[in-house]
Amino acid sequence: MALHKILRYPDARLKIISEPVINFDQQLRVLLADLVETMDAAPYGVGIAAPQIGFQQRIIIVDCTKTRRPVPNHGRLILVNPELITWDGMALGREGCMSIPDYTGNVIRAVHIELHALNESGEKNSYQFENFEARAVQHELDHLEGILFIDRLVSRRTDLFQRKS
Amino acid sequence: MCEEINQWYMLTVIGKDQPGIVAHLSTLLYKQGCHLGEASMIRLGGNFTIMLMIRCGIKDHDLIAYLAEQSRQLELHIHCDLINGLLHHHREPDVRISVHSADRMGIVAHVTSVLATAGLDILNLESDIAGTELAPIYIMHIEGCATQGISALRTALNEINDMSISIESIQTVFG
Repeated sequence: MALHKILRYPDARLKIISEPVINFDQQLRVLLADLVETMDAAPYGVGIAAPQIGFQQRIIIVDCTKTRRPVPNHGRLILVNPELITWDGMALGREGCMSIPDYTGNVIRAVHIELHALNESGEKNSYQFENFEARAVQHELDHLEGILFIDRLVSRRTDLFQRKS
Repeated sequence: MCEEINQWYMLTVIGKDQPGIVAHLSTLLYKQGCHLGEASMIRLGGNFTIMLMIRCGIKDHDLIAYLAEQSRQLELHIHCDLINGLLHHHREPDVRISVHSADRMGIVAHVTSVLATAGLDILNLESDIAGTELAPIYIMHIEGCATQGISALRTALNEINDMSISIESIQTVFG
């Protein structure tokens, strides 16, 4: 395992669309372990995507057990070649990114999502996420498309108007 | 007023709102070699207001004189203070409080005093007067850090019964 340096905006590699994983081999297992270690090194980091450490492969890891206050979650998930199947609802919420230090902003995301993804062994699983965990997954999915949360910012003042959660 | 050079200043400008003020000011500052930091511009009661961090090698009274001279037609009020330009140290709010009520004197004093006693450190406050002249409504939104926890804020706010107050946690996704 190795701790990788997180790429930071405006590194052009963050804007590259990632490629699907084809080989579920030892090399992949090493990359997954490195991603986990790198994510865990960030305080309150609840997710990471492979392109954030310079690997343009469709891999995200989400772990919403690391929040300041507990939220419903599935534990640590390794999601390879994730596919968003359905989404429902919209909500504003605050996001930050390890690739964009010292800034958080408000982003509209779906409240409920259904996702299909492969695990580290290439087995297909289906997941239902909601609220905070759904937001974390969508934030990481965006990285695979070369999209950063600052590409989706909504004015902070707009967020001040009360909304249904 | 400060005489130091190449320092951070907080430039405050207010005046009657009209198109082009930001472009006018920022161009003047650019021509004087000023670097801009964080800024907040908002219309308040039909007035243009902006607070703008600037860093420059001009003495503040010289800068004010220059801006005033170049902005005479806009009739702006310009003020400048030396500040500690502490960038890259943002604090994240963990709670949002929304308040609305028929407008009356003392709403902000009452609510913020209760919140301060219960440990709220306010990072952002915005308010508006809505409704009509005959029936004005006061609407306020606050974001901050609940240093004694959000439950302490909820408990404290329970003592306020004559206005609508909601409180919700802000949980930031870091990914």
